[in-house]
Amino acid sequence: RDFNERCAQCSEVNWGITDGGRFYCRSCHNVTERTREVVNTDCITNSRVQTISKGLRKQEKNDGGSEWYICEGFQLVLKKQVEALEALGVCPQMKDEVLCNFWRCYLQKSKQAYCKRPAGEAVKALSVCESSTDVDSDPEKPSLLHLLSLSESEGDLQTDCSFASSMSKVSESTSVYSGSVDGSLYLMKNQKEKLRMTMPMTLSFCYMALLWVREPITLSELLRFVVEGHIPYLNVFQHFPEKMKLCGLDLKIFCVESWPVYEEVFNQMHELAAFLDLPRFPDITESCFLHPDMLCMKYLMEANLPDELHNWTCRVVKKIGIGEVDFLTLMPGNKTTRKVKYDVLAVAVIVVVLKLLFLLDDHYEWLLSELAEERNKNNTEVCIFYSGGPYFEFKKWYEVVKHSLDVEQKKLDEERAKYLWRCEKPLFYSVKNKSKVLKRRQMVVNLQNQFGKLSGSVQCAEKPNPSSFQLSWSEEKADGSCFHGHSLKGILQEKRGLLTARNPDYWLCTVKLCNEKLCGHLAHYREVEFPQSYHFVLGLFSFLLRVQPSYIHDEVCMIEHKLFNKKLCKKTKIQHSPKK
Amino acid sequence: SSNEHKLNFKKSKEACLSYIQDALLQKQWKRAAEFLTCYVESLEKDYSREHVGPSEMIWRIGTEILWHHSQNGMKEFSCFMEQMKTLGVKRYLKVCLEHVFHLLCNGQIDEAYQNLSLAESWRFGEQTAIQDKEMKLIQAYRGLLDYYSWSKQKNILLDHGEDGFSDLSVEQEMHGYFRKAAVNLKEIIKIPGVWDLFVKCYVDLLEFYGDHNEAHQVLNEYAYNSKFPANPNAHVYLYQFLKRQGESKKSLISALKILHDIVPSHELMIDFNTMLQKSKKRKKRRLGLEVIFAALDYAGWKENAKAWNCLARQMKQIVISEKYLDWIKQEWNSRKDWWPAFHFSRYLAKRNWQENKSLSYEKALVAGILLGKGCKYFKYVSQQGCKAQLKRFRVLKKFVNRHNPVYLRISG
Repeated sequence: RDFNERCAQCSEVNWGITDGGRFYCRSCHNVTERTREVVNTDCITNSRVQTISKGLRKQEKNDGGSEWYICEGFQLVLKKQVEALEALGVCPQMKDEVLCNFWRCYLQKSKQAYCKRPAGEAVKALSVCESSTDVDSDPEKPSLLHLLSLSESEGDLQTDCSFASSMSKVSESTSVYSGSVDGSLYLMKNQKEKLRMTMPMTLSFCYMALLWVREPITLSELLRFVVEGHIPYLNVFQHFPEKMKLCGLDLKIFCVESWPVYEEVFNQMHELAAFLDLPRFPDITESCFLHPDMLCMKYLMEANLPDELHNWTCRVVKKIGIGEVDFLTLMPGNKTTRKVKYDVLAVAVIVVVLKLLFLLDDHYEWLLSELAEERNKNNTEVCIFYSGGPYFEFKKWYEVVKHSLDVEQKKLDEERAKYLWRCEKPLFYSVKNKSKVLKRRQMVVNLQNQFGKLSGSVQCAEKPNPSSFQLSWSEEKADGSCFHGHSLKGILQEKRGLLTARNPDYWLCTVKLCNEKLCGHLAHYREVEFPQSYHFVLGLFSFLLRVQPSYIHDEVCMIEHKLFNKKLCKKTKIQHSPKK
Repeated sequence: SSNEHKLNFKKSKEACLSYIQDALLQKQWKRAAEFLTCYVESLEKDYSREHVGPSEMIWRIGTEILWHHSQNGMKEFSCFMEQMKTLGVKRYLKVCLEHVFHLLCNGQIDEAYQNLSLAESWRFGEQTAIQDKEMKLIQAYRGLLDYYSWSKQKNILLDHGEDGFSDLSVEQEMHGYFRKAAVNLKEIIKIPGVWDLFVKCYVDLLEFYGDHNEAHQVLNEYAYNSKFPANPNAHVYLYQFLKRQGESKKSLISALKILHDIVPSHELMIDFNTMLQKSKKRKKRRLGLEVIFAALDYAGWKENAKAWNCLARQMKQIVISEKYLDWIKQEWNSRKDWWPAFHFSRYLAKRNWQENKSLSYEKALVAGILLGKGCKYFKYVSQQGCKAQLKRFRVLKKFVNRHNPVYLRISG
């Protein structure tokens, strides 16, 4: 109905569709080779998108597979992911009500489904079934190599080139670029315009949904669960049904060979929220897990710091207004408000508090520690008991935490070196190299068995249970390695009824913030320019959150800016004015 | 945004490799195996742009681990090697060869031979031509093993001695091995390289069958062809051959000349000096002196009485004849700064006297001539010698005293 070309034979514009899905001229019954693709608006619980015209979809292909579209694939991925989240304890509404709707909305907005004409591009689609045999071949038809390079997934140049060259040998008319119907089309589409779906973006979807229902899972935790294997991501295509054959360009889309980074997922989530025209998200209030007060408590515990520090984090939060509902709640599309990274923010607050109380200039904190040590020596057990815990000694804390951190970091590094990226389901670009791929796979399995036996270690079949805490400290251990109950008395003083820090100084991470839009950062973190203690603290939280220290450093700078900027401005004004 | 820290397949495998490397260096085979298990999936990814690909890595690392830490011994090892052979056509012959080496190290000569024969019959399109060098090596090693079999048969024959008839089959076999070995050994030594063992075996074969001309030619080529890397052993083999053949002193001397240039501290320098000393030609005698002085520059010769004897003899001769003292002067010039401390200290005098009187005698003579009768070494040794009433030491003392002016001329 939307096809407006003139018929080659009779020059009329009066088209119908045959059972085979081709256009035919009602006037002269000339059948063209043009096909039409329409996507149905069936219910999403039936995860296959079906066509209106019967018989358009060829059920049977040579290899027992059937046609499938890329978005179906992603839908399956999302389904698996959200089911995993449910297994972790997330409320079921997230799947049925929240994520489902987000996905539907996305499909609609990106014109892949639920709309009248899903693809003016459909006409140009390089589908597996008959494609256009028009004499004038589409000049815009991109080369296969170009398509391969468009995808973010890392391939090996050799395989790409050999695939491309083997494909070009195939005749122009039929092209078996991908197992899916629209694999090549998918890669061709302009990324920026319609926010093309990628594997990392599935996590953005998940995070967005989690944020909407305000589940107590931070983005860093989500990503950690992904890496630990609790949430399907790597090799999730294993769970595609048999009929959905993956090959060729599909691999570029669905096979990941890198773990997504916080920044990437975070930024994409916001782009997505704006793209979907979502309204203001549900409020993040003080009772929410994602509120800085709550998260600070969590991270303080995990970092083995005294509970008393929580008062201080709350004070800082209040002072700079980052505990306000309007600050914390996401307003998609609003470019003026800063996007809140809840976990990084909380951790940065703790860092600032530590700087406030301990200065962290590689001198003062050790001095305070010595003083505390003295006091602790002099006090008897009874005294300690009554005065609410021993004096907090920075030195002891550093030693204990550093030790544990080193152990965990070492474990993590080894795990990283031992990741297995491939899975049982073999991947091949084309049917041609299938046998080669299978042979290789067999060899790999043999070698793994052979050397696995030699290594003697029993491969742990069960992955450890997902936990929110990576480091845990117990007060029951008598060795004094838990600092939660320790007191900050030694470093505080009372002034006009208010507790303040003994430490009168503070050093700013940066005097002036960078323009984020220009260089992408608020500040630039170079290890050598900052005290070791600061570096250590950043390193600790960097490990817990699995982000780069510079990422946290940026946030610290932001907080310091909010905290001190007015004072700084005043100072410079005072300095300048008397000269007049 | 900086994605350099992003963990991906490639980085993960690089990290894995460095763990393997650490484990191997510390001989932690189990740990190395553990990480190798995780590394092997690299095979499924294409690394053809890299210099060393995963298949080669796995071959080399796996070989190391299995060689040192195998539960099922050589069987498992061989099984692994067979797998590796299928992994890379471009490396096929290399893997075969290394497998053979391991078998030989393990004393499995027959299996090694079988593998070599198998490898020799391998053909794979243009790869056969490309891997030509490896093929030659394989043939050479097979030749070597054939020589080994020949040698065994020969020994059997020699043991049986007179009993000729029943050993006809042995003899025939022996000749068969000879033919096979000779062909391959001859081929490999044509290629510039270091083929000591092959040359020796080939020459042995030739000598046994009386083809001395060929043997001589082979050794000449091996020693003098400039395309071949400088190899002291080549000259040693040639010399030994010529000696066996009873060649003239002239040819023996010329055979050792280059050896002296390459390895002045070689043990054959004594023979060399002995021959040169006796020569009628002045130049040769001069060279002889140079040779023996040069040899004694090396710490390994310090306590070699024979060497000192050679030097002493020649120097005595020169001193007595009073001709060519400038030879000694020339040689002594570059050594007078350090030889005294190196050879003629008082401590050494005591030690030499205690441990080896002949040595001390020879050295004392040399010291006396070079450093005069006042030198500590000579004084101490001659004193001790005379005290012990050993005649030759008295003679020595007299000699040096008589020729003391010589020292003055040398040192001046």
